[in-house]
Amino acid sequence: MSIFGIPIFPEQASVFAKDVDALYFFILATCAFFAIGVSIAVVWLGIKYHKTHDGQIGARIEGNLPLELLWSVIPTIIAMFMFGWGASVYYHLRRPPDEALQIYAVGKQWMWKFQHLEGQREINELHIPSGRPVKITISSEDVLHSLYFPAFRTKMDAIPGRYTELWFEAQKPGVYHIFCTEYCGTNHAGMIGSVTVLEPAQYQAWLQGGGMEGTLAQRGAKLFTDLACQTCHLDTGQGRGPSLKDLMGRTEEMQDGTTVVVDEAYLRESILTSQAKVVKGFQPLMPTFQGLISEENLVALIEHVKSLSPNAATTSAPASAGAAGAATTARPAEKK
Amino acid sequence: MLDTLKIPERHYLNNGHGLASWLLTKDHKRIAIMYLISISVMFLLGGLFAMFIRLELATPQGDFVNADTYNKFFTLHGVIMVFFFLIPSIPAVLGNFLIPPMIGAKDLAFPRINLLSLYIYWLGGVFTLAAMVMGGVDTGWTFYTPYSATATNTHVIPTALGIFIAGFSSILTGLNFIVTIHRMRAPGMTWFRLPLFVWAHYATSLVQVLGTPVIAITIVMLFVENAFGFGIFDPARGGDPVLFQHLFWFYSHPAVYIMILPALGVISELISTFSKKMIFGYSFVAFSSLAIAVFGFIVWAHHMFVAGMSTYSAMVFSFLSFSVAIPSAVKVFNWTATLYKGAISFETPMLYAYGFMGLFLIGGLTGLFLATLGMDIHLHDTYFVVAHFHYIMVGGAIMGYLGGLHFWWPKMTGRMYSEFFSRIAAILVFVGFNLTFFPQFVVGYLGMPRRYHSYPDEMQVLNVMSSAGASVLGLGYALPVIYLLYSLKKGAVAGPNPFAASGLEWHTQSPPLTENFIEVPEVVSEPYEYEHAVAKESHLV
Amino acid sequence: MSNTVAHADPHAHPHAHAHHPALQHHFDTMSQQKEAAVIGMWVFLLTEILFFGGLFVAYMIYRVWYFDAFAEASRRLSLFWGGLNTAVLIGSSLTMALAVRAAQTNNRKWTVNWLVLTMLLGCVFLGVKVIEYEDKFANYEVPGANYNWVYHEQHAAAEGHAVEHRPLSQTPEQLQRTTQLYFSLYFTMTGLHALHMIIGVGLMLVITWMAWKGKFDAEYYTPVEMSGLYWHFVDIVWIFLFPLLYLVERHT
Repeated sequence: MSIFGIPIFPEQASVFAKDVDALYFFILATCAFFAIGVSIAVVWLGIKYHKTHDGQIGARIEGNLPLELLWSVIPTIIAMFMFGWGASVYYHLRRPPDEALQIYAVGKQWMWKFQHLEGQREINELHIPSGRPVKITISSEDVLHSLYFPAFRTKMDAIPGRYTELWFEAQKPGVYHIFCTEYCGTNHAGMIGSVTVLEPAQYQAWLQGGGMEGTLAQRGAKLFTDLACQTCHLDTGQGRGPSLKDLMGRTEEMQDGTTVVVDEAYLRESILTSQAKVVKGFQPLMPTFQGLISEENLVALIEHVKSLSPNAATTSAPASAGAAGAATTARPAEKK
Repeated sequence: MLDTLKIPERHYLNNGHGLASWLLTKDHKRIAIMYLISISVMFLLGGLFAMFIRLELATPQGDFVNADTYNKFFTLHGVIMVFFFLIPSIPAVLGNFLIPPMIGAKDLAFPRINLLSLYIYWLGGVFTLAAMVMGGVDTGWTFYTPYSATATNTHVIPTALGIFIAGFSSILTGLNFIVTIHRMRAPGMTWFRLPLFVWAHYATSLVQVLGTPVIAITIVMLFVENAFGFGIFDPARGGDPVLFQHLFWFYSHPAVYIMILPALGVISELISTFSKKMIFGYSFVAFSSLAIAVFGFIVWAHHMFVAGMSTYSAMVFSFLSFSVAIPSAVKVFNWTATLYKGAISFETPMLYAYGFMGLFLIGGLTGLFLATLGMDIHLHDTYFVVAHFHYIMVGGAIMGYLGGLHFWWPKMTGRMYSEFFSRIAAILVFVGFNLTFFPQFVVGYLGMPRRYHSYPDEMQVLNVMSSAGASVLGLGYALPVIYLLYSLKKGAVAGPNPFAASGLEWHTQSPPLTENFIEVPEVVSEPYEYEHAVAKESHLV
Repeated sequence: MSNTVAHADPHAHPHAHAHHPALQHHFDTMSQQKEAAVIGMWVFLLTEILFFGGLFVAYMIYRVWYFDAFAEASRRLSLFWGGLNTAVLIGSSLTMALAVRAAQTNNRKWTVNWLVLTMLLGCVFLGVKVIEYEDKFANYEVPGANYNWVYHEQHAAAEGHAVEHRPLSQTPEQLQRTTQLYFSLYFTMTGLHALHMIIGVGLMLVITWMAWKGKFDAEYYTPVEMSGLYWHFVDIVWIFLFPLLYLVERHT
């Protein structure tokens, strides 16, 4: 939308955009009503009761309790309605559907790196299909960043040491802005890019175009071998480490008797600080990979482990963790 | 009648001459004047940085200064304006000057601590300015970790120390006000006869003493991380950068109320005086200040809605954030009702009060957008937020400050300023302000992120409007400096009560005596009574 | 807390002849002046609670997240020195209370004596703290680039001391990382507490001098009482710090 050729309203390119804009216009109308109402009242009173002679004083009115209650209660009701509407939109924004297309994003001073499951890697550019939910799992290699898609009306911070996520369903093919909205140093304003929404068929074609290195899971499988993970994690379960087959979503018992539902955050923790939670019946032999493996390779490894569990939903992990929180924390919670 | 008035022979300004009589004074009025000069210098400096920011953003390419310099500009603009201008502005200048005479006291409870707070403020200023001269700091005024702890190589330590030190100045001022309001009231000055300005300062002081220590300790933790390599927020050692944000906003959200609450108090005085009418719903206005101060402490996490917070805690904080809207709305409605059947006149202070109502209304209402969860996700860290808080802090706090300064200027100096030029300045400020910041709401909804040195071309027109408005605003702020200084020598003699106001501070000479009153006044009537005299005996010269 | 009257003005002091020398010009009565000081001090202590509160919040969160690391790291502190310091501080609170009592009862000699004893105990505490810090520096247990979790045991073994062989709940690499959070908080919390102690001792030097000069009497001893409040507050902070830092998991 624009006036005199000046854009004043961002493109509505996702399902949320319509929800958020409807909410926006409701709040705008309510606020305009009050702002204009009070302004008219104040100006009119100023004219009507303008002082006519020196020494004139105003009428003696101390207050009025019913009026006070009225103008406390009405704004409260309106505010509660706004809260309810806003919370429901938000709830939707924070619940990625299970069938969402998984993409990984890593923020780094000063670029966005995206990885598709099919193996494509992009920097400051992102290609996605229209009409399909897309879930982006976000991490950071250095400082705080925030991944923002104005046309989709959503954003989420990238926090070092944690996974966060956002999702959207793009509707309108086109090219839209990507911004970093959490200040991250010198070239913060240069940490921008574009998201290209393609028709599903075009998206498939685009996927065929790249992928020289194979899918993300294949890259993970290669890393799995390069890092000699397979020497311990045998599929038979007879190795020094537990079998990773059909692991995703399973409930594992730990050495200290607690149980853990295997999700992405747990895998991340187990790779980075392997002794944090050791599965019962195994020795804490695995080296820690903290500082030795990049965020990008980490997600490749996780994708590889996930590919060993063909029966689990692709997004099993954050769907369960997401029920309690948007951030699936990856800090080593060495809780008793 | 005015030409028969004379400046009184003895007053606080001529009770002692020379630099030492000022630097060693314990008189709250002289300390207020020194604060006025200090914060004006800081405002000039902060305004200069704002000017550079708007100059840079006039074109989308980022071609005026480089990105590093720009980042330092907005950081220093924020640090100076927030910690060295807005927080001390109304309390340390107007509150310091007026609370004792308003409640019929000779001075604040702890005059030496009051002077100490000024010296501490100066010391904090020296550290921050030293950081600026050494090459500045580029973290943003929020100092988010891990950037501020590990990634930046600018001067975080001296800046943080400066803020830490200045914080104690704020704590001591608040502490002094609380004790003064509790223990120094004149006979007959009951709690419900206190001017609303004093109520607002009481609420502000509570926030100052309860909130400021938390940012102080947060800065200590940031300091040990920077200076000694400790790792309290360092993710590499298992620390949590989001914890820093929680601690930071636990102070810095209430800090907004340190800036706006005193302005709300000023506006209550102005609207009552220039309607010649008692304030509508006195107790509701008084308690709404306390309510804002209390609610202000339980909403901080709305600054972290996109920082990976759980869905349900986000909902709780969104719900609580709306609670601040109610007492703010109550205030606006009560001011409007006060005008009804008043005897309204539009001297300069009242123009500022009117301007304030319009801008505070927009600032407050746009806060509703940001408290609404689904909306905030889109608007978070965009120019919408920048516009919103400038409407509160500049449109609200500075309009209140300027209105109050014009209202009490004759009391402080004994002389009137040019009514003609002051009205022009008030109108320039109002128009310039809206032209500067209204386009930022629009460009924010378009998606322009804050703290951007360059931006997409299609956002240029709105940014140019904003930059143009800023120059009008700058003119509006420059004018008062000239005519107020001019009035010191050439202004008409004001007399004790040029605006025929009702407060106790107007029942003493202008400028007041060092002891404020010749004899301790006894208060016998309700606040804002225009029918009766406020004091049993008026000691007018 | 002053004893001089500034800007004396005959009009402002119609009852000047009846004034206690310590009454400041802007107060009407001694009791008004004292009440102001008491409220002011309590408000100040409130700010202090919030000041330390931020650290306690950080401690609480990390202790829950990294309990094992906190338990292991707290074993590196000496219970003997910590316990001794706790006893010393509680003792100093007693002597401080007795100093206030002596001031109240116009007993100049014992006001000074108790104050001096309080200061001495404060210095003992600080001395012990220096010994404890010294040990941390010697064992590379100060967070930062030189932090070395395993140095302590290796060094003890090399010196031929008996090393307690307990099964560690975590690997040295993990402890190297997260015990730094514990020691960061340990140094920040005890360091700030020690700073408060130093300020307290300095404050008391002035008060003792004033008491020596006979500035206080039964009607005016507010400064003694206020420094007493401050000293008790600093004690109470330690009463929280000691179990939180030294006794994380000593019951096992």
